Amino acid sequence: MEFQPLDRDGIAARIARDIPEGWFVNLGIGIPTKVSDFVQDREVIFHAENGVIGIGPAPTEANINPYLVNAGVQHITLITGAALVHHADSFAIARGGHLDLCVLGAFEVAENGDIANWARSDHEPTKQVGGAMDLAVGAQRLWVAMEHTNKRGGGSRIRTACSYPLTAKGVVKRVYTDLAVLEVTPRGFAVLDMIPGMTREALRARTEATLIWR
Amino acid sequence: MIDKFVPSLADAMAGIQDGATVLAAGFGPGTPATLMRGLAEQGARDLTIVMNAGGRDEGPIADLLSTGLVGKLICSFVRADSVAGRQFAKGQLELEIVPQGTLAERIRAAGAGVRGFYTPTAADTILAEGRETRMINGRLCLLEYPIFGDVALIDAWQADRFGNLTHRDSARNFNPIMAMAAKMTIVQTAHVVELGAIQPEHVHTAGVFVQRVLHVPV
Repeated sequence: MEFQPLDRDGIAARIARDIPEGWFVNLGIGIPTKVSDFVQDREVIFHAENGVIGIGPAPTEANINPYLVNAGVQHITLITGAALVHHADSFAIARGGHLDLCVLGAFEVAENGDIANWARSDHEPTKQVGGAMDLAVGAQRLWVAMEHTNKRGGGSRIRTACSYPLTAKGVVKRVYTDLAVLEVTPRGFAVLDMIPGMTREALRARTEATLIWR
Repeated sequence: MIDKFVPSLADAMAGIQDGATVLAAGFGPGTPATLMRGLAEQGARDLTIVMNAGGRDEGPIADLLSTGLVGKLICSFVRADSVAGRQFAKGQLELEIVPQGTLAERIRAAGAGVRGFYTPTAADTILAEGRETRMINGRLCLLEYPIFGDVALIDAWQADRFGNLTHRDSARNFNPIMAMAAKMTIVQTAHVVELGAIQPEHVHTAGVFVQRVLHVPV
């Protein structure tokens, strides 16, 4: 049977299904930012690392507020009931365990919960740490949204051990890819869900880490 | 009479010394762009700039770096394809990469008189190599020190003559904490208001943390 990998919106929509009403959630840059578009039917409070509590829908061209941006410096709106704090308080929210969930993008995730998402080597001039290390260690749950394999070469990004510099060790709880939903367990990644048409054999062939079914 | 307003950009930037550490606020909005231009015009050399991100090819931080007046940048995020990334690759700019929350807390600590703190952020990454870590309640933590500024460059929406400030929407970001962490805090404000016009409970940055204010209408 053929399978069609989820596109980036599809991954975001799949994550959104698992976020219950009432959670306080930080969304990273990239696929995670799209998650809020699919949570319009529930009251979920979205946090941006630059001090916004209560991100609303994206603005139309006509109602852009130049003083209001998210972590990606994209223009946003506020929900009714939003709050604004300064940067140290915003990261107290992240580091202090106040977020029910953080969703980040990544280059690689390992079966022990390690995440690598800021550099592809120790010495390249791109050093895009930003707020990821604080969010990764501080949120109650860390989920990762990413493609299962590299676009070029097709190598697995779901690893027994990360090959890139780490963002944090042992913090990832779940990974949502274009092929499956994986949960980090002491015995390997437990497969919670697969896209229609995907088989255990086909998923194993695209995954370097240990996969288990419960 | 207390009056912290200065008449010109040159007056706002007067006295900044070679080798100064300058805290520059902003995360997109909230960047004191006029004061950063003034710093380049003032001409102090061998500066250390503390700012969230290294910017791109143009804009306040890229333009300041392009003058060659900056020797070191302390920030959380640098793109390879930017003025900062290229200067670093050529050995023209020293970089200290600090996780964004640690950067904010090191600045807050400076303003609060806290001389060090332990955080789990980055404790098990290459950013902790060769540095002091310790297990606290079963969690590996990294010792971090405050970042004091000789100067802070701050953006505000409103200011009164005591230097009480409001910051608009997400333009608040690093402004209140950087204002507390420097010996000389210089503000550019979009609006000047009478004393008392900002309700005391609506002041975001108290005037006691501010030395100079320049009116820069938007």
